[in-house]
Amino acid sequence: MIRFEHVNFAYGDEPVLRDVSFTVAPGETLVILGISGSGKSTILKLTAGLVRPQSGHIWVKGADMTDAPESVWRQVRPQIGYVFQEGALFDSMTVGENIGYTLLEHTDQSLDEIEVAVRETLRFLNLSEDLIDVLPDSLSGGMQRRVAIGRAVAAIDPLIMLYDEPTTGLDPISTKAITEMITKLQTVKGVSSVVVTHQIADAFEITDHFIVLHEGVVSFDGSGVELIGAPEAHVQEFLRPFLESVAALPTPGKQGRQHSV
Amino acid sequence: MMTLLNILKRFAGDLQGLVFYSGSLAKRLFGRPFYLAETLDQMYFLGVGSLFLVVLTGMFAGQGMALQFSIELADFGSKNYLGRVMVIAIVRELGPVLTGLMVAARVAAGITAEIGSMKSSEQIDALVAFGVDPIRKLAVPRFWAIFIMMPVLTIICDFVGIVGGYIIAVYVAHISSTAYWTNVIFKLSLGNIIVGLSKPFLFALIIATISTYMGFKTRGGTRGVGRSTTDSVVACSITILFVNFMFTRLIVPMLNGLI
Repeated sequence: MIRFEHVNFAYGDEPVLRDVSFTVAPGETLVILGISGSGKSTILKLTAGLVRPQSGHIWVKGADMTDAPESVWRQVRPQIGYVFQEGALFDSMTVGENIGYTLLEHTDQSLDEIEVAVRETLRFLNLSEDLIDVLPDSLSGGMQRRVAIGRAVAAIDPLIMLYDEPTTGLDPISTKAITEMITKLQTVKGVSSVVVTHQIADAFEITDHFIVLHEGVVSFDGSGVELIGAPEAHVQEFLRPFLESVAALPTPGKQGRQHSV
Repeated sequence: MMTLLNILKRFAGDLQGLVFYSGSLAKRLFGRPFYLAETLDQMYFLGVGSLFLVVLTGMFAGQGMALQFSIELADFGSKNYLGRVMVIAIVRELGPVLTGLMVAARVAAGITAEIGSMKSSEQIDALVAFGVDPIRKLAVPRFWAIFIMMPVLTIICDFVGIVGGYIIAVYVAHISSTAYWTNVIFKLSLGNIIVGLSKPFLFALIIATISTYMGFKTRGGTRGVGRSTTDSVVACSITILFVNFMFTRLIVPMLNGLI
């Protein structure tokens, strides 16, 4: 569904990605891990055609989109759902207008039909239908992310979903809701997804295919078990806080101190 | 510290970017989809929203000029000609320029800040990602709104300025109402009207192009939005004054020959 072949990308003179190659199969979810500034978000932008590579090839839905003109990208993009890092909801539009935006732009559906689709999406996201007329800035961060996912899902049956740090900065309950939603989209709608995240625990819940970016280079591509056992020092350094926090979890029978009254 | 060479390089880069952007905008002005509701919204915001500002500016500028000119003309015993001077000054020069500067201050700042905020919060990227052309969606409706409303606002500013002059003429300079209006109508020739109404279209091009371009090229979060907004107003104002001078110096003599 998505294939990067020896992709190189730079912002001006500053190289961001070097010889990046990976494949995402139809219906598969890929998680991209890496420290800030390693080029993770740039991969999503390249996949959606928001920026173009200096060299290499990018295949989307079986077509080489590397040198595709903007007019071709504009036809493909409605089938790609993109959840931006901070949601990037249109702040002058209501939740309903945000979710129904792609349908309004790219289909001939009436406003009533779009409203039905928007309400269906809100139910799918476990969000109250009363939010339809609410402006995004009055929602919590977690709800804004869910609306952002809803806006991406409500695109014309997306075949690909791109998530840029969808759970960063959220409370555990919102995080769980969003990881469940990503899994649900994969299982129910069969979309291929690319998830950029720092949250390793969430990543293990979402998929079993990981790549690690280190200084713009793919330094690891494999399963979760392979990731835990990867010999590369930077991979172990990246995983250490997560593995330490797992090790520090109380085991049954030793669940903290008993307080006497 | 930024050297003169760097400043010139940056200016040349910005100018090149503006030229390329103007081409992109021009290509999209007549195509589809056309966002009519957005255009009407913008026309309301630009037109009705700027009305009070333009009326106040026109009134005070007209009255101030009438006060000055009536004193000077009285020295030559020709204060009855105040109406003529007012038409030349307001219809040909001050009306369009003041309206342009007011719209640049209010509207260009608003447009750049809005588009710049959308850029810094990735809303522009979101538009592109959802298959929407941001220039067509954001810049074209604003362009047409300014292009249509600028001449309307200029006519209102001209009218209010001349009425302001009338108040001073009659109640301060003690010129008869008939003398004032006869001279106004005498000088309100087709040539003066064409010159006065050509400028707002040019100024609309300047404001719409620069303000949207500055919005799209915004970088650097809220600070970047503030910088772009200031740069936009300054660039629009200076360009309006420069183009007004060049138009008056080069084009008006040609028009005078034709009309």
